[in-house]
Amino acid sequence: MRNYETTFIVDPVLSTEDIKTTAQTYVDNLQKQGCEIVFVDEMGLRTLAYDINRRSNGIYYSIEYTAPNGAFLKDYELALRRDERILRFLTVSLDKYGVQYNADKRAGKIGKAKRHKQEKPAKTEPAAHGISRKKADSPSISGVPSGDAESFKEEE
Amino acid sequence: MASRDDIKFLSNPKIGGRKKKYCRFKRYGIKYIDYKDPDFLLTFVNEQGKILPRRITGNSLKYQRKVGNAIKRARHLAMLPYLTDLLK
Repeated sequence: MRNYETTFIVDPVLSTEDIKTTAQTYVDNLQKQGCEIVFVDEMGLRTLAYDINRRSNGIYYSIEYTAPNGAFLKDYELALRRDERILRFLTVSLDKYGVQYNADKRAGKIGKAKRHKQEKPAKTEPAAHGISRKKADSPSISGVPSGDAESFKEEE
Repeated sequence: MASRDDIKFLSNPKIGGRKKKYCRFKRYGIKYIDYKDPDFLLTFVNEQGKILPRRITGNSLKYQRKVGNAIKRARHLAMLPYLTDLLK
């Protein structure tokens, strides 16, 4: 079994329902090909860093799945490429660390960062450098202040 | 006249000692760099959106490569710009 992750951007001009059905189409498509869906991440509307097809924002979806082999990919990507509702897509294969990262992220162990990264901000707090910026970000997103506090104590 | 107590203020003790650079991924055991996390990747690009060299970030080769790949993927997905000004 191989682990994959496909991220794609759906055209925001479509109605909410259309967007959902579009995303669902590709989830179903995968299941039909014998892939097992691990998780569908609706990342929501984001502003694009640059315009794609004259759109300045898009709705991001990320599907994590396992497949018996890579044979499905050719047809799957062709379908994505032909679809005008999809602005952009990217399929990557995940290594074991990637799978672990995604699992941790879903479990809320890490907001944005890996479990180890939670320790990191505590350690590097005095060293007001680029990393400390991360520190400011992580608590609000992680929503697990208790975990942070614990690692703090350990540090001290 | 400067007494012995004054002398310590005459030079900044921090001036000589440069901090040693280190690879944050190795030090903190980070194994995977998420390309869907542009805020984090922003620490590895300059104002124009160019990838910073290892010389500056201090990353080990292995993780610099992974950072580079993650940034390139993020660019493809329009999470990071290919070229800009005043990114930060």
